[in-house]
Amino acid sequence: MNKHFFGDTAVLLGRSLRHISRSLDTIITTTIMPIAFMLLFVYVFGGAIKTGTGNYVNYLLPGILLITIASGISYTAFRLFLDMKGGIFERFQSMPIARSSVLWAHVLTSLVANLVSIVVVVLVAVLMGFRSPAGPMAWLAVAGILLLVTLALTWIAVIPGLSATSADGASAFSYPIIFLPFISSAFVPTATMPGPVRWFAENQPVTSIVNSIRELFDGQAVGSDIWIALAWCVGILMVAYVFAMAAYRKKIA
Amino acid sequence: MKTTSSQAPVIRVRGLEKSYKELQVLRGVDFDVVKGSVFALLGSNGAGKTTIVKILATLLKADAGAATVNGFDVATQAGEVRESFSLTGQFAAVDEILTGRENLVLVAKLRHVKDPGAVADELLGRFSLADSGGRKVSGYSGGMRRRLDISMSLIGNPPVIFLDEPTTGLDPQARLEVWAAVRELAAHGTTVLLTTQTLDEAEQLADRIAILHGGRIIVNGTLAQLKALLPPAKVEYVEKQPTLEDVFLALIGDTSKNGDAGDASVGAKD
Repeated sequence: MNKHFFGDTAVLLGRSLRHISRSLDTIITTTIMPIAFMLLFVYVFGGAIKTGTGNYVNYLLPGILLITIASGISYTAFRLFLDMKGGIFERFQSMPIARSSVLWAHVLTSLVANLVSIVVVVLVAVLMGFRSPAGPMAWLAVAGILLLVTLALTWIAVIPGLSATSADGASAFSYPIIFLPFISSAFVPTATMPGPVRWFAENQPVTSIVNSIRELFDGQAVGSDIWIALAWCVGILMVAYVFAMAAYRKKIA
Repeated sequence: MKTTSSQAPVIRVRGLEKSYKELQVLRGVDFDVVKGSVFALLGSNGAGKTTIVKILATLLKADAGAATVNGFDVATQAGEVRESFSLTGQFAAVDEILTGRENLVLVAKLRHVKDPGAVADELLGRFSLADSGGRKVSGYSGGMRRRLDISMSLIGNPPVIFLDEPTTGLDPQARLEVWAAVRELAAHGTTVLLTTQTLDEAEQLADRIAILHGGRIIVNGTLAQLKALLPPAKVEYVEKQPTLEDVFLALIGDTSKNGDAGDASVGAKD
């Protein structure tokens, strides 16, 4: 049956992308919150925040991009939940197709939708004064990190998407993830935080990811942060994938 | 019925058991469905009709017993079983955001049939959906949605179709439309397993009716055989009052093609 895996996944990906192109509001609502945070922090709080760098938009953007992805994957869970609830998931599972392609189509859709959101947010940041001396390789590296983050968070989103009993429950898991960048180096340097908060901020995944992207955007050599960031992403990806597949097997019996 | 069919049954169910936690839903279900017939599983809410359909459709595993569809075992040959049937769920499993035609093309592509567009257009015509094929399904009426759902089940010509409560939640007119669609299927030689809560529906459509109660099939036979189980009918003269449904259908001018089949009894004629 797996001989049709790629073909079936492509057909189902086409279906989900058509959903997105017909409800562009989901892309817009995904980008509104990160853009609002960006405006708030640059034009309201930014003047009082001392980061030691000249351009606060440059400082802020990596964290804003993570918030964009975190709010984007709540729609991944929501779309999957609607398929489960509507009965079309069962229809697909009862057909002679590569069964896992139903899930992979949702994962790939999540990557495409988040890519569009990220491009929109970066363009707004450029309008607000974001400038980067980074070369093509550095941009490619940033894109790779963001792809890995999206993939890891998408597999987390699959778990509530498959097992939630209400639409609110399916997307509520994303709130703590959206909040995580606030207790990190995303908005302010961690040096001014009190002991335990600082310890948490410096040892949670967002800080290493944000620092790596920031260094790449600044055209600097990346330090050891990149390896910590990659380890976090791959680790989260693997654990989330295992739990997502367990939730999936429970559903298809 | 003992020797009428020399063929092996298309659907064969033996000793099927299934429990959800402590609740034992199926306690040993046996039945056969002959090729090209319409078989109705009749039972009240929660009797386990949907559980049987899900097991046959390889969406659920039985705790005990065996079932074959088109000669393939549902437990060990799930892939071949899925090639042999189509499922139409209790809640019309159609994609709301796509148009009717896009839904059909999607299923046609997933069933790897040649020329998905032509297949879609043919089915839209056959189920009187040609005019609305380009509209989003979210704007369809309940009857149109269910007709689209049934037409999706036909793609790839599977020999068996499972219809799980095809008329639940439909208004009387839409129900007649769906009945016409089911008769259309049976006329093309498809074997249909239908679940329903209403005796009326089983009586209208089925060649054989099985009543599922308490986790077992308590009766299995033709309509005439089922009726023979009751004491002989007494003749009483009662003025025939039109039912509210008859009135409703007469007032809205029942225009569905169903009328020519002769079972849309419009009260005004009686």
